[in-house]
Amino acid sequence: MNALEEFRQSVGPRGPVAVVGGRTRWQLGGSVDPQARLVAAPQGIEALDPSEMTVSLGAGTLLAALDEALAEHGQEVALDGPPGATVGGALAVGHDSLRRRRIGSARDVLLQADYVDAQGELIKAGGPTVKNVTGYDLCRLLVGSLGTLGFFGQVILRTRPRPEATRWLSGAASPQRFLTEIYRPATILWDGQQTAVCLEGYQEDVEKQAMKLHSLGLEMSGPLCPMVLPPHRQRLTEGPLKSGTIADVGSSVLYAPQPAEAPMIAPEVQRVVDRLRHQFDPEGRLNPGRNPQRMST
Amino acid sequence: MCPTATKVTHCGTISSDQNRKNIVPDQLLDELREALGVESVSFGGAAQLLYSRDSSVFPGGQPGPVCFPETTVQVAACVQAAIKHDRSFVPRGAGTGLAGGAIPCDNPVMIVTTRMNKILEVNAEKQFAWVEPGVINLDLTNHLRGTGLHFAPDPSSQQSCTIGGNVANNSGGPHCLAYGVTSAHILAVEVVLPDASVAIFGDPEGPTGGYDLRGAFVGGEGTLGVATRVAVRLTPDPPAVRTMLLDFQDVGTAADTVSAIIGAGIVPAAIEMMDQKVIEVVEKFIKVGYPQDAAAVLIIEVDGLADGVEHEVERITEIALACGTRTVRVAADEEERARIWKGRKNAFGAIAQVKPGYYLHDTVIPRTKLTEVINKVYETAERYDLLVMNVFHAGDGNLHPLLIFDPQEEGIMDRVLAAGEEIVQTSLDAGGVLSGEHGIGLEKRRFMDRLFSENDLAAQAKLRHSFDPDERANPHKVLPSGSSCAEINHMDKPPEGTWV
Repeated sequence: MNALEEFRQSVGPRGPVAVVGGRTRWQLGGSVDPQARLVAAPQGIEALDPSEMTVSLGAGTLLAALDEALAEHGQEVALDGPPGATVGGALAVGHDSLRRRRIGSARDVLLQADYVDAQGELIKAGGPTVKNVTGYDLCRLLVGSLGTLGFFGQVILRTRPRPEATRWLSGAASPQRFLTEIYRPATILWDGQQTAVCLEGYQEDVEKQAMKLHSLGLEMSGPLCPMVLPPHRQRLTEGPLKSGTIADVGSSVLYAPQPAEAPMIAPEVQRVVDRLRHQFDPEGRLNPGRNPQRMST
Repeated sequence: MCPTATKVTHCGTISSDQNRKNIVPDQLLDELREALGVESVSFGGAAQLLYSRDSSVFPGGQPGPVCFPETTVQVAACVQAAIKHDRSFVPRGAGTGLAGGAIPCDNPVMIVTTRMNKILEVNAEKQFAWVEPGVINLDLTNHLRGTGLHFAPDPSSQQSCTIGGNVANNSGGPHCLAYGVTSAHILAVEVVLPDASVAIFGDPEGPTGGYDLRGAFVGGEGTLGVATRVAVRLTPDPPAVRTMLLDFQDVGTAADTVSAIIGAGIVPAAIEMMDQKVIEVVEKFIKVGYPQDAAAVLIIEVDGLADGVEHEVERITEIALACGTRTVRVAADEEERARIWKGRKNAFGAIAQVKPGYYLHDTVIPRTKLTEVINKVYETAERYDLLVMNVFHAGDGNLHPLLIFDPQEEGIMDRVLAAGEEIVQTSLDAGGVLSGEHGIGLEKRRFMDRLFSENDLAAQAKLRHSFDPDERANPHKVLPSGSSCAEINHMDKPPEGTWV
């Protein structure tokens, strides 16, 4: 029996069940019902084809292990997570990397998912090619769904070239101008006083852009983010930043010491969500207690 | 569980197809005219004919009232009227779709969004724009000129296709290789749902938590509701762009070069391939200076910051020469760049000069299988005694074989269809998928079970039913079903006098 079939059987067709990744964002969207049986997705890279720029792997594989394997080929995936995070967990949470401006959204990474549904059946969503509009886009629906519609077993992801150079700069300057004066910076962070900008790309381009930023008042930093991000994501609102928070400029994300309150959901949207939950998991047995609608970003 | 069974299990109130009446009652027309104005609702005459079909090869269906709403409220009124009279509705943009996605089944209320063509807001600072669904793709591009920003998806039909249509089909285009398909550029969408309520999915200012209903809606082919406002991502214009024309003495070498470039970690903005027959036709009718003795050419565009762009031009040139390219030409100026692209962008128009009919296919294969699959496409065409031309998005393995024919020729349709089906199967056998950017529509429903199991298709039906439990929006599209559109029951066969 292969690992995917074992995983399918472990989920089974009955009873509350929760999938465990690295437990790095285990409380996000609510706590899992303690009655739920715990299962874990298969681990390991099945196929890595640098010429196709795709990788097929078990969803339980550590993000760091995937990153290490891809780095050997000068590639990466546009997923991010804390140390210990799994690929399946990063997809289920669906948060974009801090480098989204450069590498794209987590929602565009997943090409194919073999997932186990609430009936305990193995379902294929999407396809292995880098471009595909064959049928409804279940993959984008599954990313960010916190495992409430199905549990990722095996996934095929789009890879991308790793940047040749990465450079952070920071200083006391207003961040807005860097959105337009620098061509596609990977990240711009703002804590209310300091701005930190991440540049990525070919070495010469990064150096020239860094010089330009320097002339605009930022100081050279290293290859790592000079700011320590608070642990929680909130929705960025207009007005001055609260102390201790950091804004991802040009995005709607605010990193804050406290978790966000659950956002208001319009009734028209909620009706679709309710039907979605009912269609995919009528008994609410998959990851009971967790709800992606409680995430504000 | 098959999709139809899912529908019945969860939605016991749906109407049977038979109950969707063929006769359009006066009361329905009156209500629509009351809501939209007399001049915004057509029924019978030219409108009936014009809106019976799209740009696919398929014969037309039978539209009910054809409505031209100008506001979200009017779209909702159209849907409300459809519900009241137990009728389906079909959203439609410019009708440039190639898979029959906008063909009306069951005398639906046609909701044509072409009058909703305003660019509502351009927010350069936050890099998004709100547009109405009837805005033409190229009009948005032209509107943004000078702002330093652009809308990246550029389907070949961009002179006439609408943003709403791009959303419905999750359209692609040459520059989607590096920038991603339409879904990556849609930040939010206002939708009139099939129950006539209005919802906004997504947020123009950044990611929202919760289920990605925006992502699920994009590519829904009009079966999940009607987009009435779209927030599109605006991408900064690259400071430097270089366009290259590479020519080859055989198609296989061109395909291998594509794989070698991608394998070297370079993802150009675009890699387009044209084979010898396309080159010949383009040069005959458009004259852009492609080498006429080449078996294939690649158009490769790289963009970004200047040093990186020059680095990539050098690397691509080295790789191509090592693979066996004959010449590498780098456009010296904007005029030469425009000329190189002109041939590609107008290739379909040129091909239409050759014979009065063509059937354009759209499949995607792993890019490392390009040589193998293209050779099989040629073999298939030869076996069926058909002319085939290839002009396609080689960088992402998105094939577009065109079968060229004269519809008046005795027995030609059977050969075209059989060859087309074989090409689809060849792509699937190579590990490919049914569509890269045209969608499934009516055209490829019958092939869906070759790629997906019953359970897989039932899962897709669950998504559909979450938005549209009654299957009122654009029925009979995307998923295979037991029922079919009565008035177009020969949907598998292109008609005599096929569209070009």
